[in-house]
Amino acid sequence: MREVYLDNNATTQVAPEVVEAMLPFLKELYGNPSSMHAFGGKIGAHLERARESVARLVGAERPSEIIFTSCGTEADSTAIWSALNTEPDKSHIITSRVEHPAVRSLALHLKRKGYHVTELPVDSAGLLDPRDVERAITKKTALISIMAANNETGVLFPIEEIGRIAASHGVKFHTDAVQLVGKVHLDVRSLNVNLLALSGHKIHAPKGIGALYVRRGTRFRPFLIGGHQERGRRGGTEAVPNIVALGKAAELALEHVDEEQSRVRALRDRLERGLLEAIPSAKVNGDPQQRLPNTTNISFEHVEGEAILLMMSDLGMAASSGSACTSGSLEPSHVLRAMGVPYTFAHGSIRFSLSRYTTDDDVDYVLEHMPAIIARLREISPFWKG
Amino acid sequence: MAWEYNEKVKDLYRNPKNVGELDDANAVGEVGSIVCGDALKLTLKIDEETQTITDARFQTFGCGSAIASSTALTEMVIGKTVDEAAAIKNQDIVDYLGGLPAEKMHCSVMGQEALEAAIADYRGLKVVHEEEDPDTAIVCHCFGVTNKKIEKAILENGLRTLEDVTNYTKAGGGCGSCIDEIETILEETLAKQAAAPAPPEPAKPKKLTTLQKIKPIEETIEKEIRPQLMADGGDIELIDVEGNSVVIEFKGRCMGCQAVTYTLSGVQEKLREMVSPDLVVTVGND
Repeated sequence: MREVYLDNNATTQVAPEVVEAMLPFLKELYGNPSSMHAFGGKIGAHLERARESVARLVGAERPSEIIFTSCGTEADSTAIWSALNTEPDKSHIITSRVEHPAVRSLALHLKRKGYHVTELPVDSAGLLDPRDVERAITKKTALISIMAANNETGVLFPIEEIGRIAASHGVKFHTDAVQLVGKVHLDVRSLNVNLLALSGHKIHAPKGIGALYVRRGTRFRPFLIGGHQERGRRGGTEAVPNIVALGKAAELALEHVDEEQSRVRALRDRLERGLLEAIPSAKVNGDPQQRLPNTTNISFEHVEGEAILLMMSDLGMAASSGSACTSGSLEPSHVLRAMGVPYTFAHGSIRFSLSRYTTDDDVDYVLEHMPAIIARLREISPFWKG
Repeated sequence: MAWEYNEKVKDLYRNPKNVGELDDANAVGEVGSIVCGDALKLTLKIDEETQTITDARFQTFGCGSAIASSTALTEMVIGKTVDEAAAIKNQDIVDYLGGLPAEKMHCSVMGQEALEAAIADYRGLKVVHEEEDPDTAIVCHCFGVTNKKIEKAILENGLRTLEDVTNYTKAGGGCGSCIDEIETILEETLAKQAAAPAPPEPAKPKKLTTLQKIKPIEETIEKEIRPQLMADGGDIELIDVEGNSVVIEFKGRCMGCQAVTYTLSGVQEKLREMVSPDLVVTVGND
């Protein structure tokens, strides 16, 4: 059976070049970079090359601004705790209602611990108004943590403006850029971002590796306290194979950014247009312009997302849904609810996320089969009076 | 989140039966809502003379297990008398399906509720509007679940934990602000249940004796289970049957195979489906 993987915002296939690059470090190059002997000594240079590649991908001024972590969540947690611990007199955090759980759950945890948390709203297109950020800042504000692009809808956030506002008030700005990195040209030098989190497995590296950009001059406290690794900013023996993999993935991502913006975007647009034309009562969630090039989130009214995914899966297609049944809780996606998407649409939302490996044939296959799947489920639905 | 649906459930959501709405229905039951994420409309045709359900159709908005539960429900009630159908509980739907993931039990409860509503409609009974009962209060506002519904689910399904209650009724699965209240209801209901004398075990129809079980067990092993195991280079032997306890031995490549626990649960599932839902299968050569 044909397999069409359109769930790249969840995770991506590891690029073959990345597998090749990391293999020696799973075999003969197993040394610990902290060791004095030759086994360890020859590893360090590879770590630094990877650090340079990641720095280039995000446009960091220096490689030393990059700290390797075990995942995007660790990078986010490190950033947020560091910002709070370096500002012990401040107790206010500004974030949004549509953050990934890596930030949202931590913000809720901090709220229970006594921090004051402002969760900024988004409009019906999923857009955040930077003026709301400015209005929310108080003398007590320790941190602004707002994502760069939303994982469910692909909607882009105004991080350039938020950075300007944060800098003018002397407040630290952290952004979860896990979905943005590799999909647009990024230049943190011009962004006034203090802390930026990214994840390897969203850009064709394996799972188990992330990175945090810490702008030079940003006061920092480590999250994992241990050895002197990462210049004392992240204890724990370096995950050498994964770091090398992330370095290679970053090089490849940089080479393919233009393709994301041209070919992948065109495929996404064709998929979206085709589905909307073929299927009645379907609508796109999220602003069609201010959006990642690879993501479309479409709601099919009066059918339920998990049932759609199961039918798709039977035909070899992979996507994801914001329905209650798939969210792990019994409520539909907090992102769609924050945008005010009605329940009739929220439960039937499907996110298609493409990658540079997505082909024209993949899109054709989805366009061929989706209309029948939706029609079939609507036949069963008591709400569909089509 | 990926759910582990068994083959029966998969078959029934892939190929649902009795979909639609009967034009000449004389019993209609509607439960759930689009806000809650699942809803079911059940229409029945009941023969007035014989009190037998001659036809049933469903329309369901919901996930795979909701669609499968709805098909199961319609298949189960067709041919039954109204009284027989009224005795169907959500666990019977689960058994028909050969099991549901714990988090999906509420789908079977929705089936039972739709059936209750349809029968009440047929009998001309006003469905007791819970909110008119002074003792009834909404506990979970996210899903509109009342204390009565929670108590009923606890008693009928032997629920023991907060998680069980959420799995069966969805209560507490939204914002979570009612969790304390659910725990109180759970404690009180369990205490009441412990204090009350055990209700007499309802006589189960067609309770099989050990002797009557042996033949269908042997047949199921022969026709359904052995061919699959042999294809993988293994084999199975029936050692003993006593009451609901079935002892088997794995032969050939099955022995010591890491998948043996999986195989064992598969054998048990199959025997429960084909012979009796109470069977417990163990391995004799452990």
